[in-house]
Amino acid sequence: MTEILLDPTGEFAPVERQPLPKPPDLIGLTVGLLDISKARGNVFLDRIAALLEGEGIRVRRYCKPTFARPAPLNLLQEIAGECDVVVEGLAD
Amino acid sequence: MQLPEGLIAVVKQDCPTCLLVDPILREIEQRGLALTVFVQDEPSFTSASKVVDDRTLEASYRLGIETVPTLLRIRNGDEQARIVGWERGEWQSFTGLADLGSELPAYRPGCGSKSVEPGTAERLALRYGGVTFSARRLNVPALEDSIEYCFERGWSDGLPLVPPTEERVYRMLQGTTRLPSEILGEMPPRLAACTVEKVAVNAVMAGCKPEYFALVLAAIEAALDPAFCLHGLLATTWFSGPMVIVNGPVRGAIGMNWQGNVLGQGNRANATVGRALQLAVRNIGGGRPQEADQAAFGHPGKFTFCFAEDESTPWTTVAEDRGVPRTRSAATVFSADGVLGCVDQKSRTPDGLIYALAGSLRAVNHVDMVNAADVVIVVGPEHGRVFDQAGWSKADTVAALHAATRIPGRDLGMTASDGPLAANADAPALAHKFRDGGLTLVRAGGAAGMFSAIIPGWLMKGPLGTEPVTREINP
Repeated sequence: MTEILLDPTGEFAPVERQPLPKPPDLIGLTVGLLDISKARGNVFLDRIAALLEGEGIRVRRYCKPTFARPAPLNLLQEIAGECDVVVEGLAD
Repeated sequence: MQLPEGLIAVVKQDCPTCLLVDPILREIEQRGLALTVFVQDEPSFTSASKVVDDRTLEASYRLGIETVPTLLRIRNGDEQARIVGWERGEWQSFTGLADLGSELPAYRPGCGSKSVEPGTAERLALRYGGVTFSARRLNVPALEDSIEYCFERGWSDGLPLVPPTEERVYRMLQGTTRLPSEILGEMPPRLAACTVEKVAVNAVMAGCKPEYFALVLAAIEAALDPAFCLHGLLATTWFSGPMVIVNGPVRGAIGMNWQGNVLGQGNRANATVGRALQLAVRNIGGGRPQEADQAAFGHPGKFTFCFAEDESTPWTTVAEDRGVPRTRSAATVFSADGVLGCVDQKSRTPDGLIYALAGSLRAVNHVDMVNAADVVIVVGPEHGRVFDQAGWSKADTVAALHAATRIPGRDLGMTASDGPLAANADAPALAHKFRDGGLTLVRAGGAAGMFSAIIPGWLMKGPLGTEPVTREINP
């Protein structure tokens, strides 16, 4: 059974949670590339990394141990601590 | 709801009086009267033949049953009369059966109706009472923890919130006679309509009981008075946030603290009333740190800062000084930074204590600064006693503190940039540290400790900034 809560806010934002605003550009930011361990995801992310690095943008690579489970907490914390933006491959 | 004609009895198995009268109900039926028995718990317990299962308690709620057994007479769909409990003569005249229940004791009181049990009454009001809310209803996904959901949506000050269910908000609204739709003002910074209902949602989240709610409303009304300048206060880079001082009978009624650890943790009313105000600013107005709230540091009192005054002293109270008699309850809002302790364990005369307090007060904002922020001084019992025994009123004490906190003009440094004071050649011999009315004395604190607490406020005080505001508490 779902629980109903009453909205405590001034209701300026839509009910659905909004994604964080996207940065206008990537200059000076660190981009994390998260490989979720799906087959050939690395091929796609290798190409993205090459393109970003070609534009002088810092890239860091990460890999989930298995696509079947959520990323482990320490991996999430590592990414959050080191990156401004993350590109994650969600499908194969 | 269509009511059956004749007599209605509302009973429950979990009531000795209902069990006692059950054979009587059967007898009423057998003697030819139309009787319908509504049962609140286990319908099979009664020996009557015409039974309505009222385990939903809808009929009990709609009939306004407070006690079981209740016997009602219905004619043409309307209630004509009702009696409650068992009183033999009453039942005999109500039914017209002269010898009814002659073998039973003459009198037995009834039991409470299940429909008015705590928690149940609110559920029934929501289900059958046509209660609606204006606030958006949000579905917490089935597998999500509702407390985590509140965090995720950004409603929290950093500590867990009580999830604002409809039932809890409805219960909170029972703490006032004011309409949920009433607008208290515009809540900055986004100037959202601050309704009684929205405040109730935030008061639930803060952990308030319904009996605190009238006080929360008064505190928020005070904070929304333009003279308080809540918008500037929440947005400032300075430390301050709103602080609430409570006077009058409400202090004892809701169990507030004005004694030991008065400015600290541990008292639900103190803690949650102040928190409700801050959550209303955060959620209704959208005033969040690192957004509209530009405080460089803030201070822990921005989670919550609310306490009651000790009114057992000879001094007038804060609310009295501001026009509200002791017989009435009031909330007064101040801007407030953190607490600066002042110790003087030696003085046994007012003059000595004034010297000690003035020394500490001169450090407020900056030792060389005049025209400093307004200050609330919480005078502890052991300091207060010194003034009381010497017969010093609050006004005497305030005047002495003003005189003792004057600063020699030659000492004014670069912080005194307001015109001629900065030029030492033209500086007055003595300049006032605080403006007239800028020192507020309040009595509170634990019995042991020769201390007082200095609570400076926002640098921007007065007509161009913040003024304290008092609001009476209305039910």
